[in-house]
Amino acid sequence: MSLLDRVRALLGDDAVEIAGGAGAVPRVAPASPDAVALLLGTAREEGWRVRLEGAGTWLPADAPADLALTTRRLDRVPAVEPQDLSATAEAGIGCDLLRQQLADHGTWLALDPPGLAGRTLGSVVATATAGPLRHGFGAVRDHILGVTFVTGDGRLVQSGGRVVKNVAGYDLTKLEAGGFGAFGVIVLVHLRLRALPRADQTFVLEGTREDLTQLAEDVAAAGLQPAALELMSPALARREGWVLAVRLAGSAALVAAEEAGLRGASGGRFTALRAEEAHGFWMRAAESFATRPITFRTGGLPDSSDELLDLLQHQVGDEWVSASPGVGAIRWAGETTVDRLRRLRRTLAGLEVPLTLERAPWSVRSAVGHFGAYREGVGPLVAGLRRTFDPGEAFVVAVEGSD
Amino acid sequence: MITAGLVEALTGIVGARHVRTAPAERLTYARDGLPTHRRVPAVVVLPGSRDELVAVVRLLAAHDVPFVPRGAGTGLSGGALADGAAVLLVLTRLNRILSLDPANRVAVVEPGVVNVRLSAAAAPHGLYYAPDPSSQTACTIGGNVAENAGGPHCLKYGVTAQHVLALEVVLADGRIAQLGSPGGEPWGPDMVGLFVGSEGNFGIATRIAVRLLPLPRAVRTLLAAFASLRAAGEAVSAVIASGIVPAALEMMDQSCIRAVEDSVYAAGYPRDAAAVLLVELDGRSDEAVAAETATVQELLAAHGAASIRVAADQRERERLWQGRKKAFGAMGRLSSDLVVQDAVVPRSALPEVLETIGRIAAAYQLTVSNVFHAGDGNLHPNISFDARVPGLRTRVDAASTAIMEACVAAGGTITGEHGVGLDKLRYMPLIFDAESLSAMRAVRRVWDPEERVNPGKVVPVHACREWVGAAPRAAGPGSAQRTRVGAADPGAAPRASWEDVPA
Repeated sequence: MSLLDRVRALLGDDAVEIAGGAGAVPRVAPASPDAVALLLGTAREEGWRVRLEGAGTWLPADAPADLALTTRRLDRVPAVEPQDLSATAEAGIGCDLLRQQLADHGTWLALDPPGLAGRTLGSVVATATAGPLRHGFGAVRDHILGVTFVTGDGRLVQSGGRVVKNVAGYDLTKLEAGGFGAFGVIVLVHLRLRALPRADQTFVLEGTREDLTQLAEDVAAAGLQPAALELMSPALARREGWVLAVRLAGSAALVAAEEAGLRGASGGRFTALRAEEAHGFWMRAAESFATRPITFRTGGLPDSSDELLDLLQHQVGDEWVSASPGVGAIRWAGETTVDRLRRLRRTLAGLEVPLTLERAPWSVRSAVGHFGAYREGVGPLVAGLRRTFDPGEAFVVAVEGSD
Repeated sequence: MITAGLVEALTGIVGARHVRTAPAERLTYARDGLPTHRRVPAVVVLPGSRDELVAVVRLLAAHDVPFVPRGAGTGLSGGALADGAAVLLVLTRLNRILSLDPANRVAVVEPGVVNVRLSAAAAPHGLYYAPDPSSQTACTIGGNVAENAGGPHCLKYGVTAQHVLALEVVLADGRIAQLGSPGGEPWGPDMVGLFVGSEGNFGIATRIAVRLLPLPRAVRTLLAAFASLRAAGEAVSAVIASGIVPAALEMMDQSCIRAVEDSVYAAGYPRDAAAVLLVELDGRSDEAVAAETATVQELLAAHGAASIRVAADQRERERLWQGRKKAFGAMGRLSSDLVVQDAVVPRSALPEVLETIGRIAAAYQLTVSNVFHAGDGNLHPNISFDARVPGLRTRVDAASTAIMEACVAAGGTITGEHGVGLDKLRYMPLIFDAESLSAMRAVRRVWDPEERVNPGKVVPVHACREWVGAAPRAAGPGSAQRTRVGAADPGAAPRASWEDVPA
């Protein structure tokens, strides 16, 4: 029986989105977590190699595989609990649709990941791609209460829970958030929400990178706690110069107080954006990362941000860069070579700074790897975890690369 | 096996003063903060440096001897107990703050640093370490990492996992692993996040890099009294849903209030209230905090608060908090023994679950006092009893189980911050199926293939399925056979949860 016949027999005709042929990989869209488990259990038995996809807007769908498993039919939101500020969503729902459903209940997921608006929740969690809101609300993992995932041999595993505090058992959720699918396919996510901010204001200031870096330090020193404090390159901000963007979100009283503090720290130099301008500003910046062929993130101590930006400028250019100097995180996008990426990663490693490749063509991913080399003692642990959750090496994920 | 030769070798590493073998010395470590479990370790070793600790772990690996890491022993799940086949490694001598970097708001500490000492060291720089378990004057950062400790102020600032940037750990076989990166960005998969809360099963953190936060410039603390637990619970939901995130939102019921007021920790709580809420708001701006406090006051009043008192100054604020933080101690007045429970429910379920707990207490004729992190839905129902009364322990045990089952039925979990340890092992199958428990065990065996570090904790092995794909020292990917041995064998259930050694 052919692969497609086997899949159709298992999951029904509906599950096969693209039958393949002419070099294309068949794309299978299971409609439930159990169907994902069934498919991967069979993949393990048959030795199929599986590529994971969400909406297909972030990672290029180019990894060599026997079939592509897309989560796009897992798009339900089984629960939104405004009183508990939590929700449960399937991994294949688009972030834009999820955001709308949450807003209808007066709730908010304080994540603004890079990429197109329809990027799936599962993609954001699996790649741990937080955006500028990371400054005020933390990394992707901080918004995840629990996940259900399917291992490479078809086991359905639950981790965490639906409540905001939980230390029952080992926190496997942390392994899935940012695991790039190497440890399982995320099928269901329990989310920590916030109430929709009563006030949400964005302020921008254009200038030189040096001046704005100093200003970001002044803002931090003033004790301000913005939702986002982002330094953007001119191309990314679509301005003449670099831009420091500050987003304040929360109660009206809090935002008013923070705005006054921002005026004090900056001498009133920031310009407030109208709501629709602010929305467009942040959305365009996020989408820009999906328009360049390669994206990576890096991060060091906050006071190393400027040095890291210099390093990027020298080694790979800084046309498309967004930095959160308050937390030391930097995202870069653009075109570069495998050799340059490897060299940059080695240089950063010497500074005890990691480089995580977020998005690139398979030729680059497979050579460089999402993670590359690890620090002392971690490699055997990661290898053991991969054997645990994907014993047949079904998942085609470029974890370490070939360097 | 622990031999005289091994003890001699341990002595050679840490010195004779720091190896305890006499029965009276070992008895000191037979319990943690939960009085219902008791195990006497074979040997107690107190290394004085990171290098001594690593040498001890390597020695124990060479002799294939299990060991249990322990901080101050304030845990509440029986997690830091070692039995007669294991060595207890007490880490309180590893108590140095290795660096404090105010510009980057980062500190690097050894595992035995006492929680509150780190905040004290950071205070001159206008910084503090946010996770604040009630035992923070005694508990250690290493223990906090192992348990993913919380505390009242974790409502706004997050639990330990959100404050740990990087770890150096020594694994069961003595190898060193560097997890995370100095700035907090994961280096590869989030191994720091995986390690935090692993209750010692994955190894011992030897160096811990944590994030520090700026001390809030404005703080308001208020106490609201309610005529019923239900009204207080509904007020909690209203505050949370309003979008204001208090720094802390704590609840105490009447039994707890009276225990506190009868003790040296009396805080001026209204004795006739069915419940009080202790709410703290903080921030950078006095105006913003004042405005949010006013909104919270309105919400509390609208949900039936009989009285609301705002602390006038720092002294009054400290007094209100002292009553809350010392409540567990005050409960010693109620009875000679206390079971401190820990469960979490969705916040909207608080009123219903609190009433259910009341019914369970009545049905089992027990005194249950509630003092807990209401804003997180993190309950601490505490059962006071006299362990000398025949049959009472069995009743307390049954009531504890009934409370856990009620919390799980409401969509909650069995522990929010105390960990599973020994005490909650039996409840794990309430919330995780065999596959998920097996996955946890398989992960543990990646870190510790022989399951020698803190054996017998966290995952109820009898409830697991075989997971051969994760077997240690497998011949390699693809060589493992998939074998399922089915669900738990009822005959292999663990021993009764309490008292492995008679008191």
